[in-house]
Amino acid sequence: MQNRKEQQRNLALKDINAGIVETHSHLRYPYRLNFYDKPPLEDITIEEFETAALDRLRVLAEIESCFARNRTFKEMQTVILENVCSKYLELNRTSNELKPLDDERRKDHIGHFVLRLAFCRSEDLRRRFVKAETTLFKLRYETEDSLERVKFLGSRNFDWILASPEEVQELVPSTSSEKPGNYYKVKWTRVPDLVEKRRVLMKRGMAYVPAAEQASIVFQEFQAHLEKALEATAKALPRLDEDTRLVPILDNLSKGFQAGVSSEWSGATEGPDGALRADMIDEMAYKHFPACMRNLHMCLRRDKHLKHFGRLQYGLFLKILGLSIEEALAFWRKSFSSIQDDKFNKEYRYNIRHSYGLEGKRANYAAKSCQQILMSDEPGPGDSHGCPYRHFSADNLQSALLTMYGEHGLSSADMPEIMNMVKAKHYHVACTRVFEITHARQGVKKGEGVGGGESVTHPNQYAARSRELAKKMEEGKEADGDVVMQG
Amino acid sequence: MAVPDAEPTTPDIMLAFYRRLYPFKSIFTWLNHEHAPTKLFTHREFAFTLQGDVYLRYNSFANADELKKQVCTLNPTRFEIGPVYSARPRDKKTVRPAAFTPQLRELVFDIDMTDYDSIRTCCSGADICKRCWTFISAAVRVLDRALRDQFGYKHLLWVYSGRRGIHLWISDREALELTDEQRRALVGWLTVIQGGKEMHKKVNVRMGLKPLPPSIASAYKMLLPVFHDLILDDQDCFASEEGWQALLHLIPDKDIVRSLEDKWEDDPKRSSEDKWQDFEDEIERKKGKGSAILNAAKEDIVLQYTYPRLDAEVSKHRNHLLKAPFCIHPKTGRVCVPVDPRTIDKFDPARVPTVSQLLNELDKLALPQAGESAEHHADWERTSLKPYVEMLDKHVMGLMEETRKSKQKMDLSW
Repeated sequence: MQNRKEQQRNLALKDINAGIVETHSHLRYPYRLNFYDKPPLEDITIEEFETAALDRLRVLAEIESCFARNRTFKEMQTVILENVCSKYLELNRTSNELKPLDDERRKDHIGHFVLRLAFCRSEDLRRRFVKAETTLFKLRYETEDSLERVKFLGSRNFDWILASPEEVQELVPSTSSEKPGNYYKVKWTRVPDLVEKRRVLMKRGMAYVPAAEQASIVFQEFQAHLEKALEATAKALPRLDEDTRLVPILDNLSKGFQAGVSSEWSGATEGPDGALRADMIDEMAYKHFPACMRNLHMCLRRDKHLKHFGRLQYGLFLKILGLSIEEALAFWRKSFSSIQDDKFNKEYRYNIRHSYGLEGKRANYAAKSCQQILMSDEPGPGDSHGCPYRHFSADNLQSALLTMYGEHGLSSADMPEIMNMVKAKHYHVACTRVFEITHARQGVKKGEGVGGGESVTHPNQYAARSRELAKKMEEGKEADGDVVMQG
Repeated sequence: MAVPDAEPTTPDIMLAFYRRLYPFKSIFTWLNHEHAPTKLFTHREFAFTLQGDVYLRYNSFANADELKKQVCTLNPTRFEIGPVYSARPRDKKTVRPAAFTPQLRELVFDIDMTDYDSIRTCCSGADICKRCWTFISAAVRVLDRALRDQFGYKHLLWVYSGRRGIHLWISDREALELTDEQRRALVGWLTVIQGGKEMHKKVNVRMGLKPLPPSIASAYKMLLPVFHDLILDDQDCFASEEGWQALLHLIPDKDIVRSLEDKWEDDPKRSSEDKWQDFEDEIERKKGKGSAILNAAKEDIVLQYTYPRLDAEVSKHRNHLLKAPFCIHPKTGRVCVPVDPRTIDKFDPARVPTVSQLLNELDKLALPQAGESAEHHADWERTSLKPYVEMLDKHVMGLMEETRKSKQKMDLSW
């Protein structure tokens, strides 16, 4: 089997090299994958212009929301390609000859270039657009038929050299028993992501990329190419502003993307029992907070201080939890009890007001999601923000969890399971499991997560669900006067 | 014993140093890569730290003389070199922000002794002695080799930072052109020690149980003798209870940890060498199952104690400023001299000339003859600064040769 595939691939390659790709020559777009090297040059109706862009925008927005929900690449494949793309941006394989391949591909082509116009305008939009587009390309590339993929790769010069067996021999340590596979040689600066993770071999400025990572060169090239193109488009855009039909459409599109369809917690949750007050937070933290926030709260109480990122992470969380600005100022003022009034007013008041959108650029900041907490602003020595599951060493994490949740039903018998998840780097799964265990008394079962099998993706989601459960329990008690207890 | 913080400098001393000794010409050609000023020099940021910690950023100069004039006027305690911008830094206020971005920059590294405080036992903080310099020299050898062999860079200039660390400037054209993303990737490739104080094990470079990646395996080979001589013998890192407890935290086998702990508690006088031997014996006894994990852990421990500890932030961004070579360290009075990586083991920070020593040498020379200009441009030739300036000049020759060759190529292509 393996051999036949290999042969097929070689044959295909030979065809390409000889320049006799005849198989689908009737198609204007012979490949499903597109590097978008050339813009569409034919006439496009304004309706087509708009629908192609809007439909593509839906797909990109969905990709962004997948990131916000911390979905894996595999999950994204199902969500994006099967659910979303099939509705808005169908793109069939070349083998599927009954489908209107050229029309689909033309729509894909036009949509991409229209969105380039809409999203080249600011650094932030460009970055998000590149990320979403590159992800879309990856999703398609990974699901492409391998023969088609080889043909597509052959259709474009990627400027890589297949390393000779002698070269590879010299680089791969002789101790490894397995026969070294193929390596592609490129300048290392073209594959920084692989270099950063040490997935390549390096010699005199050349990166030797194992065949299995070849896709990475392609993706990197796609991204670099798109980044450059967007910058060029941004420079050329002022000349387009003449056209009064297009600008409103483009404006609309970029606004749509900015609003996004994401799971960001940006509105304060309604307090179930009226407004949240500063003096309620101790109890609230004890009952409902996830480990990251419990830790920050404990540090705040112990040190009477939090460093900048700690204040930011905890402060925004409390804001979304429903703490008003007056209460927030009161809370922080009381918490920093060893600091003089004037120092507090000078150094901290502004920051707190700023995070409530009352100072500076007056942005309404969302609370940090798990992904942001895990991935950005890694805590340095002396910092207490971050995600305990990720940023604590194993033994510190265990004792911290037992201190925090020992009275909520977490016992050392649960630890091996939790620690295994942590070891496998599934921090949100570990956090979700802790939620399940500590809310078993409210009837949460294993696998149920924070409702409907969802796992924790946001500290506020954790706290909100925990409060919801407590409230339900309270109501249950009042309603029938009975104490509802689960086994 | 720590090198004493020799003599704090005074403004008079600094001014005399800048006027008579500082090799402006050599620094100019080093940054500019040829004799006629190019953007590499004219669009380059210089930042001055004045007496009283006033900080002046975004200065730029047309040539070496202009730089010297300004330095002598401002008489800074030190000055730093930044990137080449898309416009002259002194015009920053008049150009659009978007038109003022960093374009080119030497790839720079900073290794500082303070990052070794958790493992060195001889000194701490700002102190440094010949013994702890061995950490730096091991780091220099490993990095120098990796950057030349793996990344193919040729023009590396190592510079003693004047007190407790060392800087590296790479001036290859390709290194100058690296983007921030590429710099971050390169730092990632080289970084092995990671994690804050809450993390015991700071070396996590393997994928599963696989052997060390080839680049790190070759560093390991260089570092193993260092581990024995420096960590076990000289620094005796596992002698104190704190020291050997740290070691036990890194051993992934509970039984071994328990038995070693008992043994070492009973006999607090066991040397680090003996303790390491105990650990190796335990691994030997474990043969078969689990020994792969233990051997991997052993290699990781060697790396954790000897692998270069980089100040990564310095290298990741083009617009990071770094102190210029031949500046005077304000606390020690020592000159930031270039260091030859091939003889780094013999380098002794205590023997680096201080600014007052150099000026004394000048004073001892015959007074200038009548009629001769009082201000010599190359007075350094008559002091012990000479070999160091010559070292820089030789390095610059290599850069100029490179520029000449690439120009020739361009001419031929016409």
